[in-house]
Amino acid sequence: MSEQTPLIRAENLTCVFDVSKPWLNRVIERRERQFLTAARNVTFDIPKGKTFALVGESGSGKSTIGKMAVGLLRPTSGKVTVDGTDLFGALKASSASALRRRIQMIFQSPYASLNPRWRVGDIIAEPIRAFGLASGDAVGARVTELLEQVGLAENDGQKYPHEFSGGQRQRIAIARALASNPEFIVCDEPTSALDVSVQSQVLNLMKDLQRDLGLTYLFISHDLSVVRYMADQIGVLYLGQLVETANREDLFNNPQHPYTRMLMDAAPRIDAFGRTADAVKGEIPDPITPPPGCPFHPRCPLVDNRCKTEVPKPFQTGETNVACHAAEEGRGRPEAA
Amino acid sequence: MSTLPVLSISDLIVEFPTRRGVLRPVDRVGFDIARGEILGVVGESGAGKSMCGSAIVGLIDRPGRITGGEIRLSGERIDTLSQEKMRRIRGKRIGMVFQDPLTSLNPLMRVGDQIVETIRTHLPVSEHEARRRAVAALEEVGIPAASTRIDSYPHQFSGGMRQRVVIALALAAEPELIIADEPTTALDVSVQAQIMALLKRLCRDRGTAVMLITHDMGVIAESTDRVAVLYAGRLAEIGPTRDVLSSPRHPYTIGLMASTPSPTGGADRLSQIPGAMPNLRAIPPGCAFNPRCTKAFGPCTSELPVLKPVGRNEVACWLFDDALTGNPNKAEENA
Ligand SMILES: Nc1ncnc2c1ncn2[C@@H]1O[C@H](COP(=O)(O)OP(=O)(O)O)[C@@H](O)[C@H]1O
Ligand SMILES: Nc1ncnc2c1ncn2[C@@H]1O[C@H](COP(=O)(O)OP(=O)(O)O)[C@@H](O)[C@H]1O
Ligand code: SF4
Ligand code: SF4
Ligand SMILES: [Mg+2]
Ligand SMILES: [Mg+2]
Repeated sequence: MSEQTPLIRAENLTCVFDVSKPWLNRVIERRERQFLTAARNVTFDIPKGKTFALVGESGSGKSTIGKMAVGLLRPTSGKVTVDGTDLFGALKASSASALRRRIQMIFQSPYASLNPRWRVGDIIAEPIRAFGLASGDAVGARVTELLEQVGLAENDGQKYPHEFSGGQRQRIAIARALASNPEFIVCDEPTSALDVSVQSQVLNLMKDLQRDLGLTYLFISHDLSVVRYMADQIGVLYLGQLVETANREDLFNNPQHPYTRMLMDAAPRIDAFGRTADAVKGEIPDPITPPPGCPFHPRCPLVDNRCKTEVPKPFQTGETNVACHAAEEGRGRPEAA
Repeated sequence: MSTLPVLSISDLIVEFPTRRGVLRPVDRVGFDIARGEILGVVGESGAGKSMCGSAIVGLIDRPGRITGGEIRLSGERIDTLSQEKMRRIRGKRIGMVFQDPLTSLNPLMRVGDQIVETIRTHLPVSEHEARRRAVAALEEVGIPAASTRIDSYPHQFSGGMRQRVVIALALAAEPELIIADEPTTALDVSVQAQIMALLKRLCRDRGTAVMLITHDMGVIAESTDRVAVLYAGRLAEIGPTRDVLSSPRHPYTIGLMASTPSPTGGADRLSQIPGAMPNLRAIPPGCAFNPRCTKAFGPCTSELPVLKPVGRNEVACWLFDDALTGNPNKAEENA
């Protein structure tokens, strides 16, 4: 692993939402205020030019963490630093725009992030003008360059978003994100709405751009297969907590956490003819009242009494960081079984 | 015991007349599904998968209609039946499971009452017996505490549990055929694995034929006996799942397989198919795949290829026409 200081550092990121019913309802129904911890003590580094992937099922906190990482959502506690600078502190300062330019986000639904009444060229030009990166004819030249960089044609700039297919719209969203010459891009399920043949085009494009422009990605996905293709380092989320953080090889070849193993086993495989995955029991519990002890314990095949009461602390084994009593005790490894 | 296929479709055409011409979301599609067999129908969005399912159960939105071919259920022609007769076939002889369980559930009715109603509409049993069967059905699909949960409303279940209820409902009248249209697409992988295991087990136990519509090649591999690959409303390739997925012949199937990332794969770069599936208003002449096909040649831009047997698969591609290429095996070298 590289020793250089990471471009992005998330330290103990925690986000608690107040999901209480309105005051009057609470009084009538005699209810307490309710809180939902969408992210709890999430810590990771992303070295410059690398991809860190967050993987987990819906509601595990991926988007919440992504929004905190770009400064769209203020953490309840913990912090994000960019090149050593505290993100939220800097966003309040007069130099905020300089930092904002360096960070961009791409969403699952490109249509939602593209103004339907604007021509594609204007959509892409907007950040160029807003950040004062070019003026006059240079703006148009830059737009053309960006369109070509994402595999679109110059005259596509004259069209409107609805004239494009889903995959092409995601290319437009990428071109717009690139317009401010960012260093760090949070990609929140960027291909989840696309068909596989188009997904592969967009994933390849994102990899090429990363290589050519030295981009750093926080890549969010519920799909382990996609993560395997994109990521250098992977964090597995369950109920808002990182249960395992590892580099790609270690995670896939030697997963430590029972939940990671379960996710891998459950993912359908194109070469597993007739297989019936060893279905995991249960479903993700209500995040407002998570189970005590290890959040995964009601579903875990390795659960014991300690798991039901004591929250497992993350520990380091090799280059993997894992939060599981069984892993720490060396209990129930598949090899040992 | 009859050896007739449970479902037999031939040359099915569905058309939508519009002011700007006639659209054809299903174009000469044909396949059979045997008792106890799971046929996968796979393709990208807009390929016509759901439209095939709607055609079979007589639920095509107006002004769309079947304009060609036929559909038989255990030998009996059903595409020509009246709305009233089709209504009786749905639920009784054909059960349906959709991506969104709420399409199949009445939000204002307790789930047990819905299952009881389905059973009593289609089977000659008493209220008491129907309720007993409903509890058993919910137990069978893995609803914990079924005898009390039977009085819950749909919104009181999680997405995965709701889909289990829908499966119980679809199987309640002991249908010959289940049409499951993306039944796990909205679910997380761990729940998807549970639901697919359940659907496979219940249908195998009962000998129910299943048409499983999905865009997910992994689900196809793990859950189907045979697979039909649809592209722009037409069958590109059909055959035993293992044959189609491990030795695909049609360039589209080959591209689809190669662009699917695998949790066990290590590819540094994914294969990609250039372009995107055409809009129904602009289906290219000849083979609909030709603008995206790296193997396109002479006839592809003008002549429509038809299904031909290749190995254990059937493939609609000019590369497999001996008369044209002289050497049918040439294409396979690239497969
Ligand atoms: N603005 C919000 N208010 C209340 N709860 C929220 C809000 N945003 C997200 N949540 C909850 O936080 C949890 C994590 O959500 P999210 O980060 O969107 O998960 P993911 O992206 O992994 O699906 C979920 O339980 C979700 O319902
Ligand atoms: N009610 C409708 N009117 C006109 N065209 C429709 C209608 N419903 C679907 N289509 C078109 O039919 C084609 C096939 O749709 P569908 O069967 O839903 O595809 P799939 O299920 O494979 O994603 C698409 O091009 C779609 O736009
Ligand atoms: S701490 Fe216990 S319950 Fe949690 S994942 Fe590890 S073994 Fe399972
Ligand atoms: S018929 Fe021609 S264009 Fe169509 S898939 Fe075969 S080679 Fe490609
Ligand atoms: Mg999300
Ligand atoms: Mg569909």
